[in-house]
Amino acid sequence: MPARVSLFVTCIVDQLFPKVGIAVADVLERLGFQVDFPELQTCCGQPAFNSGYRGEARQVARHFLDVFRDADYVVVPSGSCTSMIAHHFEDIFEKELDYLALARQLAPKVYEFSRFLIEIAGVEDVGARLDEVVTYHDSCHALRELKVKNGPRRLLGNVRGLELREMDAAEECCGFGGTFSVKFAEVSGGMARTKIDSILRTGASAVVSVDSSCLMQIQGALARAGLPIRTLHLAEVLASR
Amino acid sequence: MSAIFEEKIHQTMADPKLQLAIFAATGRLMEKRRKAVNAEVCPDYQQLRTQANAVKRHTIGHLDYYLELFERNVAAHGGKVVFCKDAHEVADFVLGLAKERRASLIVKSKSMTTEEIDLNERLEHHQLEAVETDLGEYLIQLAHERPYHIVAPALHKTKEQVADLLTERLGVPRETVIEKQTMIARAVLREKFLAADIGISGANFLVADSGAIVLVENEGNARLTTSAPKIHIAIAGIEKMIPRAQDLGVFLKLLGRSATGQPLTVYTSFLSGPRRGEEIDGPDEFYVVLLDNGRTKVLADRDKRESLYCIRCGACLNHCPVYRKIGGHSFPWVYSGPIGAILTPQFLGVNHEPGLPFASSLCGACAEVCPVKIDIPKILLDLRSDVKKTELREGANRLERLAFRAWAWVMRHPRLYEMAGMAAASLAPSGDGGGWVRSAPAWGIKIAPLDAWLSQRDLPSAPTKSFRQLWRERR
Amino acid sequence: MSRENVLHKVRTALGRSAGQPVQDSPPVYLTVPEAGVEARIDVFFERIEALAGKTHRAQSLEDARAYVERVIAGRKAIASNAPVLRQCGITALAGVESGITDGAQLRGLSASAACGITGADYALADTGTLVMLASPQEARLISLLPPVHIAVVEHERLLTGLDELLSILPHPAEQTSSMVLITGPSRTADIEQILVRGVHGPGEIHVVVV
Repeated sequence: MPARVSLFVTCIVDQLFPKVGIAVADVLERLGFQVDFPELQTCCGQPAFNSGYRGEARQVARHFLDVFRDADYVVVPSGSCTSMIAHHFEDIFEKELDYLALARQLAPKVYEFSRFLIEIAGVEDVGARLDEVVTYHDSCHALRELKVKNGPRRLLGNVRGLELREMDAAEECCGFGGTFSVKFAEVSGGMARTKIDSILRTGASAVVSVDSSCLMQIQGALARAGLPIRTLHLAEVLASR
Repeated sequence: MSAIFEEKIHQTMADPKLQLAIFAATGRLMEKRRKAVNAEVCPDYQQLRTQANAVKRHTIGHLDYYLELFERNVAAHGGKVVFCKDAHEVADFVLGLAKERRASLIVKSKSMTTEEIDLNERLEHHQLEAVETDLGEYLIQLAHERPYHIVAPALHKTKEQVADLLTERLGVPRETVIEKQTMIARAVLREKFLAADIGISGANFLVADSGAIVLVENEGNARLTTSAPKIHIAIAGIEKMIPRAQDLGVFLKLLGRSATGQPLTVYTSFLSGPRRGEEIDGPDEFYVVLLDNGRTKVLADRDKRESLYCIRCGACLNHCPVYRKIGGHSFPWVYSGPIGAILTPQFLGVNHEPGLPFASSLCGACAEVCPVKIDIPKILLDLRSDVKKTELREGANRLERLAFRAWAWVMRHPRLYEMAGMAAASLAPSGDGGGWVRSAPAWGIKIAPLDAWLSQRDLPSAPTKSFRQLWRERR
Repeated sequence: MSRENVLHKVRTALGRSAGQPVQDSPPVYLTVPEAGVEARIDVFFERIEALAGKTHRAQSLEDARAYVERVIAGRKAIASNAPVLRQCGITALAGVESGITDGAQLRGLSASAACGITGADYALADTGTLVMLASPQEARLISLLPPVHIAVVEHERLLTGLDELLSILPHPAEQTSSMVLITGPSRTADIEQILVRGVHGPGEIHVVVV
């Protein structure tokens, strides 16, 4: 089992949901990993890439690759950021062969958090405890690009005191989609409300996901609707004792 | 996005009956598809998709060869292929033939391609009656509207609206029972089928080794359109080509299941020319119009060429959470949903509706269900980049570009990034994830993205400490 | 009209030259399962019935005729020139017109008949499908215009499915100008997604296996 794991918290966790990053570090350290946080990290470039600004995305991606070039493993508490790094850096660096090579070399070492636990740490039970009824939202990038589906459910299944109820629209997009959430706010809001209806039908008191951007969208809509349901990142659940 | 696009979206979302109709119809089609492609009834579903993608890739990659092979085989069976570069040429051909044959009545079966080129409008200008015979298409023709969905053109119409339509346009007494409405249409259209001089169809597939077209349907109007009149004209985009009749095993399996959950539609017609020798009925003349109308432009773009693999099943529409909210009529062209979002900019230029490639959360549900494995999200991302390149050239949307440039600059400088984060946190309302704010502080400047976010949901308040601050303390 | 224009644009887009040959195409993908006749008939009937079609396993040619006679119930009917129909004595039934070879006459009779009776060139078990090839024996409109379609299928012609059909008939265009696969009664759900049968084609289908 490798000792050193580099944490890429993602800009949204760093700035808005720092507890998620701490939870990831807690879980990994309890499993015996030495967690390293390269302080020069900022962002993976996804917001620019998704908005069509490839040049700007490339600049930020270069910085990411420079910061993480020597990592043994990079763990990311986000499906969309992982997919950006592991899949879309290829598209950005088509013409820059040195960074393309670096991106290709790094890609297999970059893991979304739940995937890291299951595939590299080889654990499905991290000894967590949380007395709550939760439902799980499948973040689109994690589900469709990284094929993350059963892993988080198995991890949640081993949390003592936790009851996991499946919502009928678990695999439907929450409506975040990056700048889509503000460019097409009305549609995005409608999608969030459809997701909330599905959540309500489960009777769960919390929604869990592997992506903080989804959780921000869902929580924002729940708060606006005055509903007392809370959102938790998978890491926060797994760090609970 | 353009004001028209925004307004159409808003109208659709503000109409609860329409929202319900779209939701119910697409939901039903998704469920039907799911039942038809699950592992018990279709164990080789994923292999079929892989094979279909490979066959399309090959065919499109050698399209000139297959077009010529098709043409030879159509001629060998007594038919004629007519290449048309655009809508005008198709209309000219049809009008020319109609005039020569002194035709006045045309019946049409469902064809998105003919909608694409506004064929009916062009024919109407020349006093040629062209009647749609697919029930849904007939209704929207009566209503002078565009189809709402590739497979369900009148998805948006209630039976009350259909009753109004039939009374207004046909003068029949008001009838709201759906079965009876259908029989009224059937009776009217039967007269047309039997009196028509020309039948115009589309083609779901063009089969190169046979010189044949394939038509799939459930009603029987395509069979009537292509069997009753003396002249049959099939109009199809050049990309509908498949190499061999034997490839239909894969394509028919995928089309029916993906579109409506049917292993086979009620009628599948394999037509290769006018009636032969001693055959008793069928048309005396058979023409296949092969249409370009911008397809060669799409073909030339290697990265986006796969857009032409589409077999028009409509699955991407049904599974798209955005389509399920904004419906077919919000889209600017005949093709709607995810496939419409990638075809429209390629055919009509990105400036036709620059917002279109961005009207997606990139969730990938479309790519997951596409029977021919078109990577729609990837093409959307490419188109977004194209839009921004165009804006750069035209000097449009400068503020946004500046914002992203500044953002990228900050993101390359970690200390600046940290300071920017702290500055934003100090200005914003704070709380430690516990508080979510309904409105932004009145700083006197309007920040559009912030307003847009807050129009629909609350914003998280800024935590008192960022992750890196917490991390340092933890050490 | 624009043949050279379109072909030229296609070649330019693909970087190909006129007459350039084609590299290997992906091999054909067809899977033909093994299944005995009885199994096929069982599946065939199950599929047809699921689509609200009616089925009948005839014990003899006379039995087939009797079934058809019951369905027609004295109404006007038109039968194709498929040999099996004569062999069963169906063409001799009262009210049944057959032996028609003139297109206009056939059309008129089909348009006014209550029932259209045909054979079938093949049938596909796993989808409940009839395969009709246009020929001097089978006109197109008989299975299309009348509101009731009765098909008499010889059991030897029942294949496992579409893949088997395409395996044994790789070039349908060499046989006929029109091959139609018929799977159940005509239907639509275009208005409020409510299912209605018999919208243009026959709303009632009977399949008799002899």
